[in-house]
Amino acid sequence: MSDAEASGTGSLRRLWEQDAAKIVALLAIIYGAYLVSGLVLGYSIRGQLNSMASLTFYIGVFATLALALNLHWGYTGLFNIGVVGFMAVGIYVMAFVSKPLYGSTGAAQVGGLGLPIPVGILVGMLAAAALGFVVALPALRLRADYLAIVTIAMSEIVRFTFLSSTFQQFQFPYTLAGDTTRVGFGGGSGLILDFPDPLLAFIDVVGLSGAYDGLVGVVGAIVPNNPEPIVHSLVYGLVLLGVVAGYFWLLKRTGESPFGRVLKAIREDEDVARALGKNTDRFKIVSFMLGCALMGLAGILWLMGQGAVTPNFFRPRLTFFVWIALIIGGAGSNTGSVMGGAVFAAVLYQGPLYFQNVVTSVFQPGEAPSSFGPAVSPLISGFDPMPFLLYTLDSVRQLQLVVMGVALIWLMHNRPQGMLGHRKETAAAIPLGRPGGGAGRGGGSNADADPTPKTDGDGGGGEAGE
Amino acid sequence: MSKSITGAQPDVADTPLRVEGLTKRFGGITAVDGATFEVEQGTLTGLIGPNGAGKSTTFNLITGMLSPDSGTVTFDGEDITGREPYEIANRGLVRTFQIARELGEMTVLENMMLAPKAQRGEHLWRSVLPGVRGSVRTQEAELLDRVWETLDFFDIEHLAEEYAGNLSGGQRKLLEMARALLTDPDMLLLDEPFAGVNPTLEQRLLEHIHELRDQGYTFLLVEHDMDLIMDNCRHVIVMHQGQILTEGTPAEIKANEEVIEAYLGGDV
Repeated sequence: MSDAEASGTGSLRRLWEQDAAKIVALLAIIYGAYLVSGLVLGYSIRGQLNSMASLTFYIGVFATLALALNLHWGYTGLFNIGVVGFMAVGIYVMAFVSKPLYGSTGAAQVGGLGLPIPVGILVGMLAAAALGFVVALPALRLRADYLAIVTIAMSEIVRFTFLSSTFQQFQFPYTLAGDTTRVGFGGGSGLILDFPDPLLAFIDVVGLSGAYDGLVGVVGAIVPNNPEPIVHSLVYGLVLLGVVAGYFWLLKRTGESPFGRVLKAIREDEDVARALGKNTDRFKIVSFMLGCALMGLAGILWLMGQGAVTPNFFRPRLTFFVWIALIIGGAGSNTGSVMGGAVFAAVLYQGPLYFQNVVTSVFQPGEAPSSFGPAVSPLISGFDPMPFLLYTLDSVRQLQLVVMGVALIWLMHNRPQGMLGHRKETAAAIPLGRPGGGAGRGGGSNADADPTPKTDGDGGGGEAGE
Repeated sequence: MSKSITGAQPDVADTPLRVEGLTKRFGGITAVDGATFEVEQGTLTGLIGPNGAGKSTTFNLITGMLSPDSGTVTFDGEDITGREPYEIANRGLVRTFQIARELGEMTVLENMMLAPKAQRGEHLWRSVLPGVRGSVRTQEAELLDRVWETLDFFDIEHLAEEYAGNLSGGQRKLLEMARALLTDPDMLLLDEPFAGVNPTLEQRLLEHIHELRDQGYTFLLVEHDMDLIMDNCRHVIVMHQGQILTEGTPAEIKANEEVIEAYLGGDV
C-alpha cells in the first residue's frame, strides 16, 4: 500500500484496518496464485476445481487448529504440544459413537454404537475436553513447561492406545438391543468410517439438498464426467470455512471479555492475577478444555469424510505443523491465526508440491538422478549443478519438513511476532475509551496500536528518574 | 475526595489483621520465626527491618503466596491461614509487589479493568452466549467509569492507553496501587511501594496513601527506609532475623537501643 494519493489510500487503509479485509485479501492472493499455477500446469477445469477444493480443505483445517491453539498459547500461555492427541480422541470417539452396529454393514471389522452423527460429533468434542481436563488438572498446578511435557506424552499415549490390539475390538453391552455388540478402535490397520456421508446428511438436515443437486447439475454442464465428487469436496471446503468463521466468532467473544482479560493476565503473570482475587486454576482449566474440544472438532472435520482413520496419522509432527501456522500468523491474534493457517496450508503444506510440478512442467528438465551419489558427483567432478538441482526438486516431498524447519527458524529470528506484527486485541467487552469522549482516545479496539511510549511532557511528576 | 471510587465502606473492626506465631523455614533457615502482631483498623502501620529480616516472607505468608509451617493469620475475625491467594484477596486483603508486576502486554486500562472482583463476564458462558453478553457489557461500562475515576485520582489518566510495559518504574507503582484499590479491598499490604520511586512521586504516593487512610482503609507497609516510616506511620513493627523485635510509636522505636543495634549490626 503506497502513500501516493491522500484520500484514496486513506480509505484503502481504513479498509485494511478491518480484519476481515486482511483475511479476504490474503485468501485472494493465495487462490490467485494457485489458479495461475494451475494454468501454467495446464490443468483442466476439473483439475483446477479439485486443486481449489483441496486448498480450501487444508486452509480450513489448519485455520481451525491454529485458532484453537491460539486460545491455549496466545491467550492463556498454556504450552500445549499435544494437539494431535485431542484431534485423535475427537475423531475416534465420534467414530465409536456414530459407526453403525456391527454386522449391519459389510466391510467393517468392528461396529460402533450406531447413534446419529451430530451426537457422535458432540460426544467426540466432550471426550477431547474431558481428556483435556484430566491432563490439565495435575499439570496446571505445576510450572508451564510441565504442561508441555504432559501434553506431548499424552498425545503419544493416545496414539499407542488406539494402535494397541487390546482396544482393536471388544464387546460392548448394547442395552438398546439387549445384546452385546462388537465395537473397537481397529488397532494399527485403522478404523473404517462407514457411517453415511456427513456432508450430504448435513445438507439434508439444513434442507439444501435441492440446491446441492442444482449445483451438481451446473458443474456437470462444465465438467460432464462425474461432477458429484468435485461439488462434494468444494462444498465441504466451504463448510469448513464456515466453521473457521464460527471459531473466530467464538474466540473473539472469549478474548474480548472479562474472561479473556483474566486469561491474558495469566499469560502475563499468574501471581498478579491470583493476588487480585482470580481463581486462576478455574480459568486455565476452562480455557484448556474449550481449546481441546475445538481441537477435537477439528480432528473430526479433518477425517470424518476420509473413509478411514489410522492412529499413525496422529504423529507429533502434525502438532508442530499447527504451531508453525500459529507462529506465522502471530500468537495472540485470532486474525493472525486464520492468516497463519492459510499461509501454512498454501505455502508450506501444499506449496512445495505445486512448486515442483510448476517447475517441472515449465522447464521440462528431464529425468532426475535416482539417488544421492549420481546427483552429487557431477557437481564435484565437472561443476555441473543440474543433476543435483533436479534431484533436489525430485525430493521436494522429503525436503518439505526441512523447508518448514528453516521457515520456523527464520520466523523466530526475524519476525517472532508473526505476520501482523506486534498486535494485541483489547480484552474487554466494550471499547475502553473515556466515557463521553474527553481525554480518552476512544478506540480501545484499535488493534495496531504502536507500542512505542508516548512522550508525556506534562506528566505531572509522573516520571521516575533513576 | 469522595469515597465513590472504591464503592463500599471498609468493614469496621478494631484489628482486622492478627498474626500469631507465624513461622516459615526454608531448609535450615528460619525466615520467619514466631511472628505475632496486630494491625489496627484505619491506620498506616509500618513493618520495618534490615535486609533479610523476613518482611517480604511475612507478607507472602499473610497473603497466601506461601504456606506457614506454623502459626495463624486472622483477617476480619476469620482464619485465613494457608488459604489460596485469590481467596484472601476476595476477602478484602490485597497486596502489591515489591517489584511492580504490571501486566506488560496489556494496556493500563486493561490492567485496571482486570481488578474488580466477581465480574459477571468472568464466566465464559456469560461472555460468549448471545443475549447474556448484554449484561456483561453493561457491567463493563460501570467498571470503566470507576477505572477512569481511579486513574484520575492517581493522575495517570494520560497513560490510560499505554502498554503497561512502557511505563516508568514509578508509574508502574502507581498503576499497581490503583489496580489493587479497584478490587475494593478493606486492607492493603504494600511491599516497598517507594523502592525505585523518585522523591516527587514518592511524596505523591504518600499523599494518596494518607488520603485513602482518612477514608477508612487500613495499610500495612513494608519499607526499608526507616525515616520514611517514622514520618508517616502511627504504629511501627520492627522485624529482625525473622522475629518481631519490638513495636510501638515512631518515637518509641527511635529511642529503642535494640532497634538501633539491629540496624547498625545488620546490613542497612
